[in-house]
Amino acid sequence: MSTFFTEWLQYGFMKNALIAVLIITPLFGILGTMIVNKKMAFFSDSLGHSALTGIAIGSVLGMKDTTLAMVLFAVVFALLLSKLAEKATTSRDTLISVFSSASIAIGLAILSKGGNFSKYSGLLVGDILSITLQEIFYLVIIFVVTLIFWFVAFNKLCAESINVTLAKSKHIPVKLLETMFSVLIALIVMLSIKWIGILLINALLILPAASARNISENMREYHLFSVIFSVFSGVLGLMISYYTNVATGPMIVLIAAVIYFATYIYGRRFE
Amino acid sequence: MKKIIEPCGLHCIKVHHMGVTLGEQVILEDVNMHIHCGTITAIIGKNGAGKTTLIRALLDDIPHEGQIDFRDTENGEIKKLKIGYVPQKLNIEKGTPISVYDLIAGYQSISPVFWSKKRKLYEEIKEVLRVFDAEELIDKQVCNLSGGQLQRVLLSMALMDEPKLLLLDEPVSGIDQNGMERFYRTIDYLKKNFDLAIVLISHDLDYVRKYADKVLLLDKTVIREGTPKEVFSSDEFRSVFGVRGE
Repeated sequence: MSTFFTEWLQYGFMKNALIAVLIITPLFGILGTMIVNKKMAFFSDSLGHSALTGIAIGSVLGMKDTTLAMVLFAVVFALLLSKLAEKATTSRDTLISVFSSASIAIGLAILSKGGNFSKYSGLLVGDILSITLQEIFYLVIIFVVTLIFWFVAFNKLCAESINVTLAKSKHIPVKLLETMFSVLIALIVMLSIKWIGILLINALLILPAASARNISENMREYHLFSVIFSVFSGVLGLMISYYTNVATGPMIVLIAAVIYFATYIYGRRFE
Repeated sequence: MKKIIEPCGLHCIKVHHMGVTLGEQVILEDVNMHIHCGTITAIIGKNGAGKTTLIRALLDDIPHEGQIDFRDTENGEIKKLKIGYVPQKLNIEKGTPISVYDLIAGYQSISPVFWSKKRKLYEEIKEVLRVFDAEELIDKQVCNLSGGQLQRVLLSMALMDEPKLLLLDEPVSGIDQNGMERFYRTIDYLKKNFDLAIVLISHDLDYVRKYADKVLLLDKTVIREGTPKEVFSSDEFRSVFGVRGE
């Protein structure tokens, strides 16, 4: 019985996958809290979709490793979207929807040319088992950057989300913070998308925070529960996927979804 | 938080030629104000007269012309003006896990509120909340507060920095008649017990008559100013509100 819990770790690729999960999930748990508070779920979702376009542009340019193209495109996409949303007369979610669908269409059009899309379809569900040590190293870097940003800027970001005028009256650089936050989301989504998949990445960003929200009363509980739920779904999902031979991404999200419904019911008890 | 029993009356705030233009549209032009500590100045006017814009310009939230002077009349020294602002509402949805401590500490401290609760700051916040009988709210979720409770929390938040000028948007929703009376009594208490000037946008003329020391009637610019009695009986007042206030 004792080997049951360790057996899956005898393979190198499973160990790598576990390390990757242990880096990605706390990050998603942390960022998700603010994405949910600022109602940016749709924004992060469309960022995920923009990955296709980034890869398409990279392949048109003949890049061997399309990750760089993907990351750059996502950052430009995020900046452009925040800039337009600031000025636009249309509502924010309409604008995001337009951008999102246009970028998926461009990506699909280019990648499917010549009937080759099946080569890229793996990107839709992701494959964390194929992650290499070098790619884990990138994740570590973004992990450290995010933590620093979070400790330095969280209060200000939160203040800005609560009331912009009030934040400005306290000399908080509202625009700069918003931009940095959008770029950070773009970077993290892009660096994780190969492992989690375009279809599921947003679920992993939103579900742990949304679950934590159901049962938290303050920021400390909110962050703690969000990170715990995220890491728990990640590790358990990886393990179960090994024994059941189901793709890892969907399994992780399934567990996160079960936690969401459980916390929802638990949270309602007090109403 | 320093508290002095009597406002010193020696500070004055002057607003010179404040103007705001958005695109082609002139929202405010040539607004001049002269405010003393220990007084309540009420800004009244119709919807669209530029009341909220004036507050935002005073806070430097939007591009504007003109400037604000803050002077100590005793020695004529010009100082940097600390402004406390009480917004009308917050962008906090139901179910958001932000406690009153998180809300206030987030604006006061750089120590991230998601990481730890600072004992000292917690006590300081509690002390300010006590001024408004709101200390028991410190661990409550902001989204679950009633309109009146939220107003008292916001006032506490504005007082944390020991401002010399307090800018308020009168609450319009979620507060009943008793709550409004209590709100104005609190403002009056602040005026008498803290060294600050209060500028308040008001929609309720009865309360203005009762509590304001000075009234500014705004319609793009200050079209009439004076005591409530002077302004309410003026022709300008009648042309804006259709009736005389007296």
